[in-house]
Amino acid sequence: MSILIDESTTFIVQGITGREAVNLTRECLDYGSTIIGGVTPGRRGREVHGVPVFDSVAQLVEATGQVPDGSVVTVPPAFTRDAVFEAIEAGVRLVVIVTERIPRFDVAQMVELAALRGARIIGPNCLGLMRPGVAKMGGIGGPARDAAKAYGAGAVGVMSRSGGMTTEISSTLTAAGLGVSTAISIGGDAIIGSTYAELMPLFEADEQTQAIVIYSEPGGRMEAELARWVTENNSRLPIVAFMAGRFMDEMPGMSFGHAGTIVEGKADTAAEKIARLEAAGIAVAQEIAEIPDLVRERLGAGAGSGSGRQVVA
Amino acid sequence: MRFFEYESRRILERERIPITQSGHATTPEEARRIADEVGGPVVIKSQVLTGGRMKAGGVKFAETPEECEAYARDILALEINGHVPRGVLVAAKAPIAQEYYAGVIYDGVRKLPTFVFSDMGGIDIEEVAETHPEHIGRGHFSTVLPHMDFRAKDAIAQTGLTGRELTRLTPILSALARLFVKYDMTLAEINPLVRLEDGSFVAVDAHMDMENEARPRHKALLAELGVGEDETREAREATPFEIEGERIDSVDHRGVAGNVTEFDGNLGLVIGAGGGSLTLFDAVRRHGGRPANYCEIGGNPSVSKAANLTKLVLQKPGVEKIAVMMSIVSNTRVDIVARGVIKACVELGFDPAEKIAIFRIPGAWEEEGFKILERYGVEYADRSVSMHEAARIAVEKVSGGGADGAGPLRGEETDAEKPPAERLAGAGEVVEG
Repeated sequence: MSILIDESTTFIVQGITGREAVNLTRECLDYGSTIIGGVTPGRRGREVHGVPVFDSVAQLVEATGQVPDGSVVTVPPAFTRDAVFEAIEAGVRLVVIVTERIPRFDVAQMVELAALRGARIIGPNCLGLMRPGVAKMGGIGGPARDAAKAYGAGAVGVMSRSGGMTTEISSTLTAAGLGVSTAISIGGDAIIGSTYAELMPLFEADEQTQAIVIYSEPGGRMEAELARWVTENNSRLPIVAFMAGRFMDEMPGMSFGHAGTIVEGKADTAAEKIARLEAAGIAVAQEIAEIPDLVRERLGAGAGSGSGRQVVA
Repeated sequence: MRFFEYESRRILERERIPITQSGHATTPEEARRIADEVGGPVVIKSQVLTGGRMKAGGVKFAETPEECEAYARDILALEINGHVPRGVLVAAKAPIAQEYYAGVIYDGVRKLPTFVFSDMGGIDIEEVAETHPEHIGRGHFSTVLPHMDFRAKDAIAQTGLTGRELTRLTPILSALARLFVKYDMTLAEINPLVRLEDGSFVAVDAHMDMENEARPRHKALLAELGVGEDETREAREATPFEIEGERIDSVDHRGVAGNVTEFDGNLGLVIGAGGGSLTLFDAVRRHGGRPANYCEIGGNPSVSKAANLTKLVLQKPGVEKIAVMMSIVSNTRVDIVARGVIKACVELGFDPAEKIAIFRIPGAWEEEGFKILERYGVEYADRSVSMHEAARIAVEKVSGGGADGAGPLRGEETDAEKPPAERLAGAGEVVEG
């Protein structure tokens, strides 16, 4: 069992000839991922680290004789919507959007199309996802050597609105001997393809995952959505949260860190979110270093919903 | 990016949404001329991007052009929450029979734009939502399917309205939604939208917010409104320190040094990136430290960009030492940042070992970076020292370090009257419970 990616997952890189995409391709291949092709219009016939490049997703599907499971999209913001629609309409079911600074309406359109077609989007403005020791999709963790150092396989699912903090938290869990089942950089924008609550059922169904750690920030209602999900679904997984940007509560109307972080009202302050998470039985760490102990305590106490696995439909 | 009311009105006009007759004036004489043209009683409103206009005396009613001129003179000279008004809006005072609220915002949980409508307009919509939820109508609309009026109609009908009110309000709310989409708004709000005594409907005040990321798509509109490309319209105006930070970032395309923001503490921060900076700023305050600034460095900056930002922070009055800290980096190179911050110290005549309270950046090229730091005697830490621990070490090295808890941040302006619609997104669907 695994979440979203496993050893058999195939994917492509759209915008593969861009500088960052070339690096990302190298990193993913080195880590053991299977990239069956790349797309950059007008660059058919080239190769990037041995990966063949095509003009379109349709061309790639025809030439390789298969629809890839996923795509990592790294094209500039003005072209991202087109690239994502292209992937989804070709039958790709998992689209990781790395690109940042995409206008919100475009994001809403991509997410709505994905919902209509039964596809899933991770991001935008994210570093992708990793199953430690198996595969990674996106720049998460950096070069394979660095990724191996920070991410050890283990029991904790990680979801983070910050790409960098995905690695910091995973490294902390790994150093403490807990390790990571799957780490997902979910993206820092106001609208994202997959929220904590939407990913919870996948972790819930994954035998390897025994606990969840989330990194969150002020702005938006994703934490409230998670708190509600946990309350309504009697989750088996204990959750530990870390809330950054507490200082922003004193500075309404200003955005720091990610596009999605802005305190507009009472409900999206750090303080309010912490209260909601705690009310739902989620432990909120004051410091990153406390996270492993909080996870252990809650695993030991049999937190969640009693014994055994309880998969929520 | 927020629009001034007079700009929002022009956008409504452009989209054929009826508004009260008005004009924007930057002198009292001009205000008088507009009042003359409008004829009859007028309202004079300060054009500032901050709330609390009414309470601060930035809104007045005048019966005659002479009275309008006098009020305009007062309001033009009146600073509100530190904002100097851009001008005054002079608008016809409408004979109101009933006030409504019409807004369009995003719901980040449903990930769709949504209508918010109320037949109790003119007051804080959040208050209406709390005290009279039955007077609020909502409804999402598709971003993929063609826009349909019935979505607007359904939202209005939820409040119980029918008859001519419903049929006349529907095209207005629907047009507001089309405008929201067309101009990449994150907020489009008419409050109040009013029914006049003659039964016609007209917008009396409007708030709009365009997404920054989408500004390049709307150059024609922004040029028409006279919005400069460098106008950021943040909640408060940028300080010279912050403007210099932006300049340092823009002259060198390698890497990012974003969101340079000034505070009044004694510990300078060279920190990154998005989430790491938020975490580290909190960590410094948690240990009783007083940050002199906030910033976000990332994307593998050049030595010179790291050095220039560090110099800016080091030269800020009141800064005793700097802390150079990030979460584990995979793209940014530790050695390059190390060289940049040391270069800055040396070029300003400081001893890096004395000025850099702590260097905590683990990750790519860390061995090379740590070697350089060792050569200069700078205290550094790898990933085995947590971000909070690094912050604590830094705080203890500056005066007043380790005091109990963090003091308040410099008195930032709050924006009590910021259009409240955004706070409502999804309320009642997720939040309550």
